[in-house]
Amino acid sequence: MAKILTKGLDLWYGSFHALKGINSSFEANRITAIIGPSGCGKSTLLRVFNRMNDLIEGVRTEGEVLMDDKNILSSDMDLVALRKKAGMVFQRPNPFPLSVYENIVFGEKIHAEKVARDRLDEIVETSLKCVLLWDELKDRLSESALRLSLEQKQRLCIARLLAVKPDILLMDEPCSTLDPQATAKVEELMRELKVRYTIIIVTHNMQQAARVSDDAGFMLLGELIEFGKTQDIFTAPRDKRTEDYITGRYG
Amino acid sequence: MKNTYRTQKIAFSLLFLATLLIVIPVGLIVVIIIQKGLPAINWQFLSDIPRQGMRAGGIFPAIVGTIYLVTGAIIFALPIGLLAAIYLSEYSKDNLLTRLIKLAIVNLAGVPSVVYGLFGLAIFVVFFKFGASILSGSLTLGIMILPVIITTSREALESVPYSFREVSLSLGASKWQTIRHIVLPNAVPGILTGTILGLGRAAGETAPILFTVAAFYLPRLPGSIFDQAMALPYHLYVISTQVPNVDEKIRYGTAFVLLSLVLFMNLVAIIIRYQFRKKKKW
Repeated sequence: MAKILTKGLDLWYGSFHALKGINSSFEANRITAIIGPSGCGKSTLLRVFNRMNDLIEGVRTEGEVLMDDKNILSSDMDLVALRKKAGMVFQRPNPFPLSVYENIVFGEKIHAEKVARDRLDEIVETSLKCVLLWDELKDRLSESALRLSLEQKQRLCIARLLAVKPDILLMDEPCSTLDPQATAKVEELMRELKVRYTIIIVTHNMQQAARVSDDAGFMLLGELIEFGKTQDIFTAPRDKRTEDYITGRYG
Repeated sequence: MKNTYRTQKIAFSLLFLATLLIVIPVGLIVVIIIQKGLPAINWQFLSDIPRQGMRAGGIFPAIVGTIYLVTGAIIFALPIGLLAAIYLSEYSKDNLLTRLIKLAIVNLAGVPSVVYGLFGLAIFVVFFKFGASILSGSLTLGIMILPVIITTSREALESVPYSFREVSLSLGASKWQTIRHIVLPNAVPGILTGTILGLGRAAGETAPILFTVAAFYLPRLPGSIFDQAMALPYHLYVISTQVPNVDEKIRYGTAFVLLSLVLFMNLVAIIIRYQFRKKKKW
């Protein structure tokens, strides 16, 4: 069963029609990549799933987005619950200017009434182990997160997100500021994480999409042109525009 | 080619001279005040009450009065100013009301200080019947420094990167939690700096306290916030213009104390800002 299902999803920024009738379904425990040229609406689509678009003035959304059979676009949707469930990894690693430790326990401190210190310690350890940072950082927990390398920062941001116990990871070009080696490590991490999470990744790097994703969607000018198994899309695209894009004749 | 070079040199020299012109008066003021005021400074001058019709003795009640007034002003202005700044930077939408509020703040900053004095007299002294008192004076000074505090606090809040708020919200924090845990802590140094600059301004103003609190001559310490008090700027005005035959040393000594107080506060503000810049790396 689909984890997330969009039905006739339209989105406008003021008068600009950014998403046009998107019908798609995202499966649990798979990595779905959304590809397409800059400005095609792929990040916008991603931000529908945790309603981050709500922060922008003048955004209007129509249609249905079912997440575990619940329409998250309805006005009585609990945004806190939604954002705990669907966490986001951003393009630029953006740790808070706090210690490594404080970064990870931020979510827990916000969501729980009162938390015992050893419970926090436990969260820090499991989260860091999940992103394979524990061995590197276990002696540097009180250091400022701003002093980490870019790759470590991005992993830390993922750890901070996992500490909130989401179901779905929305990744908005998570590797675009990383070098190839760091990118490979983060991709490796994604493969490990998909066992437990539903992952949607927006990327303009087609090799990355091909390497890491199970399903893929190609977007162009606000439309979802093609959606299916990654292998099919990359080897036998049904639409001419998809073919042009992945063979590099477009965008 | 050569001509361009010369024009550039002339331009640079002019710019440099203009900059130098700013430094000269500041330097001269400081040098003259120190030169003439420093000899008057001793323990007795700082800790004694004025004697012989302010022609001798010290300025202790004026120092204490100024500290009371400044403290009162900040107790009043900081919470209101900070809350207003949070509203303006985090919650307000760009509409007519917001623009009106912002315009009001800018204009409030431009109101001549003597007008604040009259306003304080009408509102606090007469209407609320606080009388000429530390309370009235503090409130008047508080209103005067509100724009400084609001403007600097707003800048401090707005300089916290948007990405921090975005992440915090994306982790399921509410808007208020985001402000409370992420935005405010990172804006504290900026807010502190603004507050101290406001304090310095409040400490140095004469006109707003003229009708609202300042006592011409009150050789004892105020007992409550409903008492009048002496204050350094007003005392300086009095001994410079209203009382004949005051020794120059006493006048410059008073000016020296006032200037030191204000410069000291500015210095603290600079240090806080410097420390913060060193730490911040985003």
